[in-house]
Amino acid sequence: MTQNAENVLDHLELFRGPEYQQMLANKQKMFENRRDPAEVERIREWAKTPEYREKNFAREALTVNPAKACQPLGAVFAAVGFEGTIPFVHGSQGCVAYYRSHFSRHFKEPSSCVSSSMTEDAAVFGGLNNMVDGLANTYAMYKPKMISVSTTCMAEVIGDDLNSFIKTAKEKGSVPMEFDVPYAHTPAFVGSHVTGYDNVLKGILEHFWDGKAGTAPKLERVANEKINFIGGFDGYTVGNLREVKRLLGLMGAEYTILADNSDMWDTPTDGEFRMYDGGTTLEDAANAIHAKATISMQEYCTEKTLPMIAAHGQEVVSFNHPVGVGGTDEFLMAIARITGKDIPEDLTRERGRLVDAIADSSAHIHGKKFAIYGDPDLCLGLARFLLELGAEPTHVLATNGSKAWAEKVQALFDSSPFGKNCHVYPGKDLWHMRSLLFTEPVDFLIGNTYGKYLERDTGTPLIRIGFPIFDRHHHHRYPVWGYQGGLNVLVWILDKIFDEIDRNTNVPSKTDYSFDIIR
Amino acid sequence: MSVTKTETIAEIKARNKELINEVLAVYPDKTAKRRAKHLNVHEAGKSDCGVKSNLKSVPGVMTIRGCAYAGSKGVVWGPIKDMIHISHGPVGCGQYSWAARRNYYIGTTGIDTFVTMQFTSDFQEKDIVFGGDKKLAKIMDEIQELFPLNNGITVQSECPIGLIGDDIEAVSKAKSKEYGGKTIVPVRCEGFRGVSQSLGHHIANDAIRDWVFDKIPADAAPRFEPTPYDVAIIGDYNIGGDAWSSRILLEEMGLRVIAQWSGDGSLAELEATPKAKLNVLHCYRSMNYISRHMEEKYGIPWCEYNFFGPSKIAESLRKIASFFDDKIKEGAERVIARYQPLMDAVIAKYRPRLEGKTVMLFVGGLRPRHVIGAYEDLGMEVIGTGYEFGHNDDYQRTAQHYVKDGTLIYDDVTGYEFEKFVDKIQPDLVGSGIKEKYVFQKMGVPFRQMHSWDYSGPYHGYDGFAIFARDMDMAINSPVWKMTRAPWKRAAPPSLMAAE
Repeated sequence: MTQNAENVLDHLELFRGPEYQQMLANKQKMFENRRDPAEVERIREWAKTPEYREKNFAREALTVNPAKACQPLGAVFAAVGFEGTIPFVHGSQGCVAYYRSHFSRHFKEPSSCVSSSMTEDAAVFGGLNNMVDGLANTYAMYKPKMISVSTTCMAEVIGDDLNSFIKTAKEKGSVPMEFDVPYAHTPAFVGSHVTGYDNVLKGILEHFWDGKAGTAPKLERVANEKINFIGGFDGYTVGNLREVKRLLGLMGAEYTILADNSDMWDTPTDGEFRMYDGGTTLEDAANAIHAKATISMQEYCTEKTLPMIAAHGQEVVSFNHPVGVGGTDEFLMAIARITGKDIPEDLTRERGRLVDAIADSSAHIHGKKFAIYGDPDLCLGLARFLLELGAEPTHVLATNGSKAWAEKVQALFDSSPFGKNCHVYPGKDLWHMRSLLFTEPVDFLIGNTYGKYLERDTGTPLIRIGFPIFDRHHHHRYPVWGYQGGLNVLVWILDKIFDEIDRNTNVPSKTDYSFDIIR
Repeated sequence: MSVTKTETIAEIKARNKELINEVLAVYPDKTAKRRAKHLNVHEAGKSDCGVKSNLKSVPGVMTIRGCAYAGSKGVVWGPIKDMIHISHGPVGCGQYSWAARRNYYIGTTGIDTFVTMQFTSDFQEKDIVFGGDKKLAKIMDEIQELFPLNNGITVQSECPIGLIGDDIEAVSKAKSKEYGGKTIVPVRCEGFRGVSQSLGHHIANDAIRDWVFDKIPADAAPRFEPTPYDVAIIGDYNIGGDAWSSRILLEEMGLRVIAQWSGDGSLAELEATPKAKLNVLHCYRSMNYISRHMEEKYGIPWCEYNFFGPSKIAESLRKIASFFDDKIKEGAERVIARYQPLMDAVIAKYRPRLEGKTVMLFVGGLRPRHVIGAYEDLGMEVIGTGYEFGHNDDYQRTAQHYVKDGTLIYDDVTGYEFEKFVDKIQPDLVGSGIKEKYVFQKMGVPFRQMHSWDYSGPYHGYDGFAIFARDMDMAINSPVWKMTRAPWKRAAPPSLMAAE
C-alpha cells in the first residue's frame, strides 16, 4: 500500500508506486489492444521528419491544436471593461459556461456573463423570446448599468436580428427604453477572439456615439485634448492597463481607457464578491467621441473599431502590442506628439534602466533562436523585442494571423540582420509548430500554456507568455508594456535561459564544470 | 462559521424557506414561478427532494450548465484515448474544452493516444454556407495520413452542424467503408439539443450502442479468455486518476476489470464490455443508458456503487461482491480490512479538524449526493445541495439515501441564488466548479472545485479518501481565511453583490 495518512500522496506520486504500475501494465497488455511498441516508436520518429512535416503542412481541412479561440470570447472580454456591464450572449448556453471557465482559469477570478439559453425550439422559431425573457431577468437580478449583447454561432446560423430583438424586448418592457443595450454580431465561424473584441468595442462606441440605435440624437463631436486608449484582447490586461495609466499619468496626458477590465479581473479577497468593479464609465465611453485621438495597442484587435473612430473625425494610431525599448519609445513619442507634452525625465530614466538591463544580459540572449506563437499583435511585439535583444525569432506563428499580418512580420524581419533566417506562418496551428521545432530546432519557445505539450514532445524549453496561461499563477498581474513591462519580459526570458544552463550542467563529475554561481 | 449548529431542525427549515422566498423576490413573476419549482427544503421521509429537474434553464439568469457537446465530447467520448475526436464546427468549443477535464491516461500523445489534443474542423463562413461534409471527409483522410495509429474517429457535432443540414452519418459510413471497416462514429451532440450536458451523455451512450456495439459481429471471438469475475467500470472518467484508485480495489477483491468507461479507456475496452459479467456504475447520470442497454441486450446486470469515503466504499464493495461467489465476498472483506488502519489513521488525523463543519454543494449529476458520505466520515455535514443537470431519479436517490431533513435543495441554481444562499447560510465550505470558485473565495468562504478536484485527486477509493480529507482540511483550515478582512474593518458584516 502506497498511501499513508501522515504523508498523503496525490496523483503526483501515488500512481508511481509498484502496485499501480503493475495494475496499469496489466491493463495495457490485456485489454487495451495497444499497438506494437516498436510500431509506436517508428511512427513517433517518423513524425519528427521533414517528410512528415511536408505532409503536415499539406493539410487543407484539419486543424490540430490551434492557437486561437472564437469571436464570442473576445466579445465578453471587451464587454466587462465597461462600468457595471454584464455580457449577454445570445445563443446556446454551453458557450457561456465555456467562456466563463476559460477566463476564470486564466485570471483566477470570477467571470460573470449570462446566456439567453436557446434550445431546439429556439433553433426552429428563433430566439426572440429568449432575448425578451433573458434581458428582463438579467436586468432584474444583476442590476447592471449596461447589458452588452453578442452572439454565438447558433444565433448567427439561424439569422437572429439583434437590433430588432432588442427593440422588441424594450417595447415589451424587459428593460427601460433608455437603458443601454449595445450589441454586436460575433459569429464564431468568422475571425477569432480578437475579431469579437473588435466587434463589441465598435458596437458599444457606436451605440453611444451614433444615437443608441435610433433612440437618441447622435452625438456632435466637439474636439477636446483627451486621448482614448484601447488595449485590445490581452492576457496581461490587468498589469498592462495599470502600467499604461501610470505612464499616461507621468506624461500628464488626459485620457480615457476604453474597455478597462483591469479591476474587473483583479478584485481583492476581502469578504465581498464584486460582480462589477471598475471599468470605463458609460459617460466616459460616450464622451470618448470628443477625444483628439485614439490609440490602439493592438492593430488586429481594432481593425473595424479604428476606422469607425477615424470616420468620426479623430486621429487614430495603432501599435502591435509593443514590447521593449523601440516599441515603448514609439508609443510614448506618439503620446507626446498628440498631447504636445514632453516625455518626462522619469520615463527617460526608466528607459535607461531597461537599456541597462539589456546591456547587462544581452550576452546570454544574443544569437539564441526562438519560436513564438500567439495572437498576431503579440507575436509582432515579442519578435521585435527579440530582435532588439540580438535574438532570432526563427518561427513566428499565429493561427489567427492573416496574409497582411505575415507581410508585416516579414518586414520586421527584413529590418534587422537578426531577422535574416526567420520565417512567419500565418493560419498555422501548433501541430505545424511541432514539425517546425523538430525539423528546424530553436533554443526556446514562447507561447501560452498549451506550449507545454510542444515542450514535452520536442524538448524545446517553453517561456510562458500569451493567453491563456492556466498552469502558472499571477503573471497577468505584471505588465509587459512600457519599459517596466519590457524588463518583466526580459527577466522571464533570462530566468528560463539560466535555468536551462543550470539544468544542463548539473551532473556531478560529468557536466558540472559549467555549473557557475556567477553568470 | 456555521450558524446552523445552535438551531433546531424546525428553525433551519423555516430559515431555508425564508431564504428561498427572498431569492425568488428578485425575479420577474414569470421567472419566479419557474424557479420556485427548482428550490425546496428537504422533508425527511419524502421519496424525492421536491424539486423539478432536467428542464430548460431560464434565459439570462446565469445558469451554471453547459451543453450537449460538453456532455458528449467533454465527458463521455473525450477520454477514449486511442480514438480521435473531431470537434466539428467552429473553433471555440474544442478550444475551451481542450485538456481541461484532467482525464488521466497512459499513452504516447499524438502518436497512439489523443486525449489532450484539440482536433477541429475550424468552420469558416463558407462551411456554413456550403456545408461541411466535404471538409469532414477530407479531415478524416488527413487524420489517416498524419495519425495512422488512431484506432477510430468520432465526430462531435457543434451547434451549426444540425442547423445547416450536414449528413455526418453518410460521411462516417462512407469513410468507414473506405478504411476497411474502421470505427467512425458520428455524434449528434449539437449544443442546442436538450437543456444541459445531460442529453449529450445520452446521445453519446446511444452512439456507442449504434456505432460500436452494433458493428461487432455476433460470432466475434473475444480478445481474451473470459472469466467468471470479469467486470467493467462504467461512468468513471479517471479525473486525477479516480478510475485507477477504484480499479485497484476491484482487482484486489478478486475481480478482473476488462474495461474502463471512459477514463483511460480504449475502443477495445468498449467493444469488450458486452462480455462482462457485471457492469459497475459510478456515474449513474451519464452512463445509466448504456448499462440498461447492455442489461436488455446482453443480459449483463449492473450495480451502482459509491467509492467516496470509507463507509460508502465498504458498503459498495459488499454490494458488488454480492453478485459473485464466496471467493469474491471474502475478497471484499479482505480489502475492507486491509485498508481499515489507513482509514482509521486518516480519520484520526483529519476528523478533529473538520468535525461539525458545514458544506454546501453544487455539482453535476452524481457528486451532489455521492460525496455526502465522505464528508460525514469526516464529521462534516452537508446542509445544501443541488444538481446542475440531475434528473428526477437523481433527486430520488438523494432523498432516499443521502440528505438530511431540512437540507436546502437547489436545482440548476442561478448565480444569484447560489451567492445569496451561501452569503446567508455562511457554510464552512462550498464545493462546486471553476465558475463558482472565485465568487465564494472573494466572500471569504473556503472552496473546493468538485468537478476537477481542484487539480488534485484522485478522490475515489481508499487512496483517494486520504487525499479528499487532506484537501478539505487545507481548504477550510488555511490561514488565509483569517486575513480576508483588514484588522481595522473586521466588524463589518459580509456583503453580497451588486444586485443587493
